[in-house]
Amino acid sequence: MDQKIDIDWTACQGHGLCAELLPEHITLDEWGYPLVDGNPIPPRTMKRARRAASDCPVLALKLTTTGAPL
Amino acid sequence: MTTTFTDVYMSPRLLAPGGTAADLATHEQRYGPLSYGDPDALLRTVAESGLTGRGGAAFPMYRKLVAVADASRRTGRAPVVVANGAEGEPASRKDKTLLRLSPHLVLDGLQLAARAVGAGEAHLAVEDGASYLESALAQRNDPLSVKVIRLPKRFLAGQASALAQYVSGHAPLPRHQHPPVRERGVGKAPTLVQNVETLAHLALVARYGADWFRSAGTPAQPGSTLCTLHVPGREVRVVEAPFGLPLDRLLPLQGMSAVLVGGYHGTWMPATEAAQRTLDAGNLGAGVLAALPAGRCGVAETARVLRYLALQSAGQCGPCLNGLPRIATAFRTLATPGPQSNTRQDVARWSGLIEGRGACHHPDGTVRLVRSALTTFAAELDAHARGLCTATDPTPLLPIPNEAR
Amino acid sequence: MTSETLWYANRATGAVCLVLFTVVVLLGIAVRLRTRLPGLPRFGTVTLHRSLSLSATAFLALHIAVAVIDGYVNITVLDAVIPFVSDYQPLWLGLGTVALDLLLAVLVTSLLRERLGHRTWRAVHWLAYASWPVALIHGIGIGTDTGADWMTWLTVSCVAAVVAAFAIRTAHSARAARRTPAALLRTAEGARP
Repeated sequence: MDQKIDIDWTACQGHGLCAELLPEHITLDEWGYPLVDGNPIPPRTMKRARRAASDCPVLALKLTTTGAPL
Repeated sequence: MTTTFTDVYMSPRLLAPGGTAADLATHEQRYGPLSYGDPDALLRTVAESGLTGRGGAAFPMYRKLVAVADASRRTGRAPVVVANGAEGEPASRKDKTLLRLSPHLVLDGLQLAARAVGAGEAHLAVEDGASYLESALAQRNDPLSVKVIRLPKRFLAGQASALAQYVSGHAPLPRHQHPPVRERGVGKAPTLVQNVETLAHLALVARYGADWFRSAGTPAQPGSTLCTLHVPGREVRVVEAPFGLPLDRLLPLQGMSAVLVGGYHGTWMPATEAAQRTLDAGNLGAGVLAALPAGRCGVAETARVLRYLALQSAGQCGPCLNGLPRIATAFRTLATPGPQSNTRQDVARWSGLIEGRGACHHPDGTVRLVRSALTTFAAELDAHARGLCTATDPTPLLPIPNEAR
Repeated sequence: MTSETLWYANRATGAVCLVLFTVVVLLGIAVRLRTRLPGLPRFGTVTLHRSLSLSATAFLALHIAVAVIDGYVNITVLDAVIPFVSDYQPLWLGLGTVALDLLLAVLVTSLLRERLGHRTWRAVHWLAYASWPVALIHGIGIGTDTGADWMTWLTVSCVAAVVAAFAIRTAHSARAARRTPAALLRTAEGARP
């Protein structure tokens, strides 16, 4: 199953680590908050995505599996 | 003070004629007794009826009930049911009116929904006041006791996760939706949050069946719905109408330039377009329909609403907290005749930035309103940019609580 | 290895721990303030905070091991985790033990951070702000080098740095709490041309 980036917006403080670790998937908006492209994460960036999830200072970024039932 | 009129759009279901509150005896006389029956049979009937939520999202009730029941089986926790009568939308009066006039329909529906999902706890969330609810409950002999919860008057107080938080004893702020409220809500239990009007319809579906429910409305959107109508010069009215009813039968469109459909997270459309449209769950939202007379400035009205929506942000999520005040202020500029510089482009950019980037749909709904205003009032916007306003009447139309001037 | 060597090693590792843990606290505050350290990407601040905390813990382990091994004073392994029960200087040593216990809580929860969730992790991590001063007082109370100029200078510098950083952090937090939708709306409307 594919993994996607999920942001807990109530926790995100705009630290910006995720954009540095995953520039292919995440850029920062004019206020410092992540703009995520919403695509599934390919295997070659999976390791950095895992790191972005564990390094986020407020654990706002998580990887979720897509295709979960309603 | 809202009065219900006996404008006949259909034989009344939820709001009986007369406009007086029904006590339990009157209620049972009018609708017949409620028999609970088998929960699975009820679920089947709900599925066949096609009943969808009347809180704004129009989500099929059957699927919601099943999802909560499934979550309960998986987690081993008994579900909680919350009847949502918060009605945070300032322009909407339908839920208050329904609770005042037909509380027992709502309370019947609450018990039915609780039984359908196997709930162990039931709450009825309302705005402050409404002391008649406790006396209505006292008349009843419900299997599951209902706790009445009174909410602060905030736009987002009725948002499902914010409501679940408040019932759990926390501040009424929306939560990140992983896991969703139906899996983990009040007290970490799977929670069914259902609008009070939806529950009232459920009470009737349980009595009279799916075919009866489908005898009004359209095949794709069966049943009736409550709407709050705002027409200048007339009192605000709550009416019951079937889906598919042409809008120009609900609102007088002569002399009107535009119509707001849905509420403050809704859509502006030109009156000419509204004349071609029908009552549609896809855009009806909180059931608000407001007619803007020609001669009033739709941009100014929108600016007032946007200011309110900005102040009502929960302030938790960066894009919403940063975007909404900027958009509201920019719209104030757009509402003032004079040089506009890049304001329209800024509004478009910020709208794109905040959409879908929050814990709840507050930014999304606001963007919907903004974009529809930019389209519907394009001519006024152009006039303002040239230093003119075509409006002749500055009277505000839409109700804004605690508006600063 | 003579007892005297072990004792010097204990004092030296103690001083190194003071410096390292002070820098760890400063880096932790830097992460909180979203400060960008010159030459490093943002994730560098977090990584440095983590790596240094592990190095500091290693030196702390050495500091404790040396104290236990040294036969000159009676300090047992138990005294390292249970405070105030030692034969030798129970109060000052006990404070060191308290600081270690708090640090272990912080360390373990940080290693299990993703599993525990942000709220739980954060609540325990606050204990770091207790552990650091308790360790400092332990050092001053039990330390043989207390009173020496270099140690005084070192201690004062570390305290000044942490106090200043904590003050900045508190001010930042207060300012952020004032950023309500109403406040931001007022700012935007005030700035209108």
